[in-house]
Amino acid sequence: MKPTGRSHSGIVAGTDADPYHSEASDLYARLRSTTPARIGLGRAGDALPTKSLLAFQAAHSRARDAVHAVVDFDRLATALAPHRCVSLRSRAADRAIFLRRPDLGRRVAPDDLAQLQHELGDWDAVFVVADGLSAAVEQHAAAVIEQTLQRLPDWKIAPVVLAKQARVALGDEVGAVIGARMVAVLIGERPGLSVADSLGVYLTWAPRIGCTDAARNCISNIHTDGLSHAAAADTLAWLMRTARSRELTGVALKLEAAHDRIDPLTSTR
Amino acid sequence: MSYRSRLGHRSYRFDDLASLLAYASPKRSGDELAGIAAESDEQRVAARYALADVPLQRFLDEPLIPYADDEVTRLIFDRHDAAAFAPVAGMSVGEFRDWLLSYAATPDALAALAPGLTPEMVAAVSKLMRNQDLVSVAARCRVVTGFRSTLGLPGRLGSRLQPNHPTDDLQGVAASTLDGLLFGIGDAVIGVNPAGDSVRDCVRLLQMLDTLRQRLDIPTQSCVLAHVTTSIQAIERGAPLDLVFQSIAGTEGANRSFGVNLALLREGMDAARGLQRGTVGNNVMYFETGQGSALSADAHHGVDQQTLEVRAYAVAREFEPLIVNTVVGFIGPEYLYDAKQIIRAGLEDHCCGKLLGVPMGVDVCYTNHAEADQDDMDTLALLLGNAGVNFLIAVPGADDVMLGYQSLSYHDVLALRHLLQRKPAPEFEAWLQRMAMMNADGTLPPQAPALQRMLALGMDDLT
Repeated sequence: MKPTGRSHSGIVAGTDADPYHSEASDLYARLRSTTPARIGLGRAGDALPTKSLLAFQAAHSRARDAVHAVVDFDRLATALAPHRCVSLRSRAADRAIFLRRPDLGRRVAPDDLAQLQHELGDWDAVFVVADGLSAAVEQHAAAVIEQTLQRLPDWKIAPVVLAKQARVALGDEVGAVIGARMVAVLIGERPGLSVADSLGVYLTWAPRIGCTDAARNCISNIHTDGLSHAAAADTLAWLMRTARSRELTGVALKLEAAHDRIDPLTSTR
Repeated sequence: MSYRSRLGHRSYRFDDLASLLAYASPKRSGDELAGIAAESDEQRVAARYALADVPLQRFLDEPLIPYADDEVTRLIFDRHDAAAFAPVAGMSVGEFRDWLLSYAATPDALAALAPGLTPEMVAAVSKLMRNQDLVSVAARCRVVTGFRSTLGLPGRLGSRLQPNHPTDDLQGVAASTLDGLLFGIGDAVIGVNPAGDSVRDCVRLLQMLDTLRQRLDIPTQSCVLAHVTTSIQAIERGAPLDLVFQSIAGTEGANRSFGVNLALLREGMDAARGLQRGTVGNNVMYFETGQGSALSADAHHGVDQQTLEVRAYAVAREFEPLIVNTVVGFIGPEYLYDAKQIIRAGLEDHCCGKLLGVPMGVDVCYTNHAEADQDDMDTLALLLGNAGVNFLIAVPGADDVMLGYQSLSYHDVLALRHLLQRKPAPEFEAWLQRMAMMNADGTLPPQAPALQRMLALGMDDLT
């Protein structure tokens, strides 16, 4: 392998450095327009050029920071006003435990159950805002809830439950305790390199501890460059109305929906 | 029966073979989540002392998961080859480790032994092996398979080109594929994880990939990693399908959660074989596995995740696959918490698969909520390259924009091949030279002319 250098350091680049950028940038621009994948990065010998190396590290750093970010639930409660909120924690005491013990993130902390029981009612639905794996709920949850409520004017909606160190299935226990016919969990998705603040919504009919993922419907990829708040609210309101009339969610509901944004939860791999 | 050992002033007792294996396992989050891990480091080593004395024969007398309850157990016992087992039949687990590391364990001896080993024996011995042992034993195993290229030959390092796209856009998939070919990637398979699992999506992708392959006359195989039932339906619709893919696991219950059983896998294999599309071989199956999948499906029977993973390889070998890989860091930190656990698991999976005669590759990868980064992937890839891994997965810039995790980049595999003096599969290597995409010394010429030539062959109308 020939040593190569980068032009900005005054070293003459070898012939194998950055071929696309120097020789064929137009050629590659056309291919690059078809995919968000990191193609046409050029190379320094066999390796990534410095520019691509640092761009990758920048994206990964944002994703890492997003996983460990702490959601400001107080601000979220203010944003949701005048709708009332109830705050609670899962059984996972901190982030490290949350990441290792998904089972604890699926259950409400025993100390916090009482206040939830106070809210028992005849609710059509309850919204649960959970931190999940990123702080995406800060940017997107209040807007999606507000716009969904506008589309469901006559519904009896329970106070919004704000849940710390929580996973999707925590909504099952919340829905059962509070007496809601369905639960919509808005949760921070696992950050990817291109998007670190993506929100997912999971709708489950007749929530109770032990519901499986096959019984849920999911709307994912809600973020600034993805699905808009309004489009997410359209889909969610449609799903909620359909769930109420059909009395189900999950794979069976998906089969009836000719809607490509609605997927049942299945293993991604 | 129970097992005992004594360390210093303390004596330890282990209730059965399953708990002995679990306690002897290196520390990992998935076994802790299942509540079956050792409670102290000393207890872990005490379990290893006891395990070292267990005769290999015991694994044939004491199934970890009952024969009557689980078709994977039945497969393991029904297929066990006593004659092949004979040379090691009198050994304990500890003696077996010493033998594996001895000069007597030649590639031929290991290949002859494979049908006589059960996954539980292999998992057990791996728990007594250090990372270096896992590398050096694996490096002596040869598992050669073929379809349009020959994989697993000495001195070769294969690669899966993984051109995923968030919406299965055909031009986008084609663009990532061309980019990978320019780096000499794709000799093991050009394999797409589809964003949708419909038969129509699958057929579209298969047709595009096959057109691309034929136009460029590439001696490789393509695969759309859809569910086996989707692949069978695609074949029924006349799609140009080379390999049938399926995620598999080590228990009947975990396989059920994937929507498969052994009969269905056989149906998939028969359907693909019937197409007779291979040229140098007819290995038509591609499997992915990963530690933690059985626990995730609540079908682990109290058995540790690494032993269950090796049982998945017993499922794989029944169907004579072309390629198998563990998705080691993909399953998440609740199963493998950090880089130390991911690296160890990657080496275990590769070595154990090879000992059973499975053509093992690895997706050297991690998710953003695991304590790992690209430096750690470099470490694992370098170790696996030295261990003679059949193939590694590579994605553009190490960033899978569909599945949302990081693997190796095309660059990484190119660099590894150079550093370790490994070439692509022979048929693919000859093609790269014919296309003037690789120099005789393995270096790459400037890529723009090759890209121009490929585009001139009509890539634009692939969609």
